[in-house]
Amino acid sequence: MFKILKKEYLTSGIFLMDVEAPKVAKAAEPGQFLIVRVDEKGERIPLTICDYDKVAGTVTIVVQVVGLSTQLMDQLKVGDYFKSVAGPLGMPSELKEMSVEELHSKKIVFIAGGVGTAPVYAQVKWLHEQGIKADVIIGAKNASQLILVEAMRKVSGNIYIATDDGSAGFKGLVTNCLEDLVTNQHKQYDLAITIGPMIMMKFLSELTRKLNLKTIASLNTLMVDGTGMCGACRVTVGGVTRFACVEGPEFDAHQVNFDEAMRRQTMYRTEERSQNALTPDHICRLDKIVERRNK
Amino acid sequence: MKKTPRTPVRELAPSYRITNFEEVSLGYNGEEAMLEASRCLECKKPMCVDGCPVSISIPNFIHHIKAGDFKSAAEVIAQASALPAVCGRVCPQETQCEGRCILGVKQEPVSIGKLERFIGDWSRENDITPETTITPNGLKVAVIGSGPAGLACAGDLARMGYEVTIFEALHKPGGVLEYGIPSFRLPKETVVRHEIGNIVKMGVKIENNVVIGRTLTIDQLFNEEAFNAVFIGSGAGLPKFMGIPGENLNGVQSSNEFLTRTNLMEAHHDDTDTPLKLGKVVAVIGGGNVAMDAARTARRLGAEVHIVYRRSKAELPARAEEVHHAVEEGIIFDILTNPIEIIGHESGWVKSLKCVKMELGEPDASGRRAPQVIAGSEFTLDVETVIMALGTSPNPLITSTTKGLELNRRRCILIEEETGRTSRDGVYAGGDAVTGAATVILAMGAGRKAAKAIDQFLKNQAIE
Ligand SMILES: Cc1cc2nc3c(=O)[nH]c(=O)nc-3n(C[C@H](O)[C@H](O)[C@H](O)COP(=O)(O)OP(=O)(O)OC[C@H]3O[C@@H](n4cnc5c(N)ncnc54)[C@H](O)[C@@H]3O)c2cc1C
Ligand SMILES: Cc1cc2nc3c(=O)[nH]c(=O)nc-3n(C[C@H](O)[C@H](O)[C@H](O)COP(=O)(O)OP(=O)(O)OC[C@H]3O[C@@H](n4cnc5c(N)ncnc54)[C@H](O)[C@@H]3O)c2cc1C
Ligand code: SF4
Ligand code: SF4
Ligand code: FES
Repeated sequence: MFKILKKEYLTSGIFLMDVEAPKVAKAAEPGQFLIVRVDEKGERIPLTICDYDKVAGTVTIVVQVVGLSTQLMDQLKVGDYFKSVAGPLGMPSELKEMSVEELHSKKIVFIAGGVGTAPVYAQVKWLHEQGIKADVIIGAKNASQLILVEAMRKVSGNIYIATDDGSAGFKGLVTNCLEDLVTNQHKQYDLAITIGPMIMMKFLSELTRKLNLKTIASLNTLMVDGTGMCGACRVTVGGVTRFACVEGPEFDAHQVNFDEAMRRQTMYRTEERSQNALTPDHICRLDKIVERRNK
Repeated sequence: MKKTPRTPVRELAPSYRITNFEEVSLGYNGEEAMLEASRCLECKKPMCVDGCPVSISIPNFIHHIKAGDFKSAAEVIAQASALPAVCGRVCPQETQCEGRCILGVKQEPVSIGKLERFIGDWSRENDITPETTITPNGLKVAVIGSGPAGLACAGDLARMGYEVTIFEALHKPGGVLEYGIPSFRLPKETVVRHEIGNIVKMGVKIENNVVIGRTLTIDQLFNEEAFNAVFIGSGAGLPKFMGIPGENLNGVQSSNEFLTRTNLMEAHHDDTDTPLKLGKVVAVIGGGNVAMDAARTARRLGAEVHIVYRRSKAELPARAEEVHHAVEEGIIFDILTNPIEIIGHESGWVKSLKCVKMELGEPDASGRRAPQVIAGSEFTLDVETVIMALGTSPNPLITSTTKGLELNRRRCILIEEETGRTSRDGVYAGGDAVTGAATVILAMGAGRKAAKAIDQFLKNQAIE
């Protein structure tokens, strides 16, 4: 169980994996995530389910290497195993609740940032299977950081690329790109769905509020159990505390307190560690990789 | 009647134990157990038994300890309890068995819990597992959750010949025994995993990483996985918060998060990956077992720890032994104190806790004296971490994904008291999922009761 069947690098720091997890694959729906542990000592890491094959019993994850656990994952090869994979977790995408007629009547635009392109792909592909073509804006720092552009092209309507340096597509941020589409090119949308870095989703939702465009954001909060037991994932939505792992991860973006969510997300970031913390585990976090690699 | 004092139990010294997670109470050896057992009067109408939620035949097992026949004592306990090494350690004995012991009127009650623990430990050390011959009956039962309710239910059903699978959401079995109660009170490797091992030996299958309501629904358990009955022992894992300003600041966490990081994920060990961040001064809000566990864990990680509790010391709902140990370990008790706001630094991290002083008013309907705010008593406590240990309620994950499962007003699963039967045919429930946060022994008792009822139900079905 939980064997890695395929591994492919999409950029130098982002890889895709197909993992054997028949129970998860069987129940998976767009918008949900899973939790993996690399080994016996590993932490519980939430990752979006980017694709699934119910017949083969596999799920696809796309991982960006950022810190200890994602680096340990990066070292796993085809044929290796995850210690555990639990899921699917979270609520399926709101799209799943709409009837096909309702979906057909809507003009939908997705706004993806960085590794968030992968989970967006899952939803766009699902819509495509229902006979619906959604527009997609993909943002990245530069051309070399773009992922899944060709795959996306096959299942989407119009596709727009935005890079910070203009090395591909539109020069600027995804927000500039969307604003341009709506105000200058008079595109009309009824629903926006955004997945990407918290800061991007924040500014995007500020823009869509102005544009009066309903927006759903998928939040990558801190998580421990992913089953509603610890509250590490809590976010304020419409003034109410919600648990992203069971009530989310998707919420009405215009109701989300992004400033709080961004602040909470940095809680365990090494460089943000308070001077006074009793547990200075930034000292050993890097050593661990070396140690584990030697095993 | 000669007054013989209770046989004291050996414990680690407070100054040593706050440096590690070793078990604090060392328990009795055979000699000490026999000495303590000799205090029991073996009452004809034993009051102690009335105080035990599973009615262990207390004078009977103590009788065997007196004679040094520990094996027979183990057999007596096994008739009523599957987890003596656990319950002997964690039951609130002072309000249960020992609270009713007749000796307690004039002197100290018999140390029933410590004696039970001794028998549990002795059985383990001497490899005594209750003998059972199991004849499989070909019927399948699914148990949701591997806490004490699920384990007890699964064990009994396996003994009756059912093919039992436990589905557990987390990656380790045990429920609160694994993720909640710290090892200095309940050793994991020796006690918890051994007891779980015994249940696995009886043929119970445990499937971790399966979240019922997400990975599989109860309907699928019946229709696709061909289970004949289902027991829900999913506990009460949803943490409560106070709803005061500042609760989502960085550095505020639920006791479940803190204890899960330390117990389940072993975040305080250097060789594990889960991070843990704790300030030098920690406030734990609440006064129950969970608050004591969080406080004593934080103390062991080097913090100055305050318990902030709005009633007086006499009302602390935690086990007496835990409060006593917490005091010995230097936990500061800020009683009759209620937090009203958490104040943050500009960075968004906790800076201090704004509190008011309380006084106890007239007894309310429940007989408890309700705390009231003393006007003008506001003050702030400088802390870096705040841990909310305010209790938990059942997680709606299962009930919201299962049609026809009725709940009560407190969103607990509604059951028929005697059998654990829910409003869904073939679905039974017990433990914290039914009662809200309660105790290990009540959960275990409920699991066993349901096992009996499930057996009856499936036998009747076979006849029909
Ligand atoms: C619902 C959900 C879906 C996600 N989907 C994906 C995905 O498809 N692909 C992907 O690459 N990443 C995804 N993430 C983010 C991913 O979980 C983090 O990048 C990962 O936890 C970082 O761990 P680390 O040890 O490598 O980093 P470190 O920086 O060393 O982590 C330190 C601590 O912070 C936590 N943490 C750090 N960054 C994040 C973050 N962005 N979100 C949540 N926790 C974080 C870690 O769990 C760890 O406890 C998702 C997160 C959530 C909550
Ligand atoms: C910190 C702490 C200290 C305590 N101290 C004491 C004490 O000293 N004495 C005492 O008697 N009691 C104590 N208690 C209370 C006691 O632990 C509980 O009453 C008891 O564990 C309840 O047992 P249970 O089997 O009903 O549920 P739990 O022990 O909560 O187990 C439920 C299990 O079900 C799993 N689960 C939940 N939902 C799902 C799902 N959808 N699918 C699959 N699995 C699921 C959970 O992951 C968990 O493993 C304490 C509790 C805590 C939190
Ligand atoms: S199970 Fe608990 S209440 Fe019953 S005798 Fe043992 S310690 Fe006392
Ligand atoms: S009430 Fe006390 S003295 Fe009497 S049987 Fe029970 S433990 Fe022994
Ligand atoms: S991650 Fe623990 S409650 Fe959401």
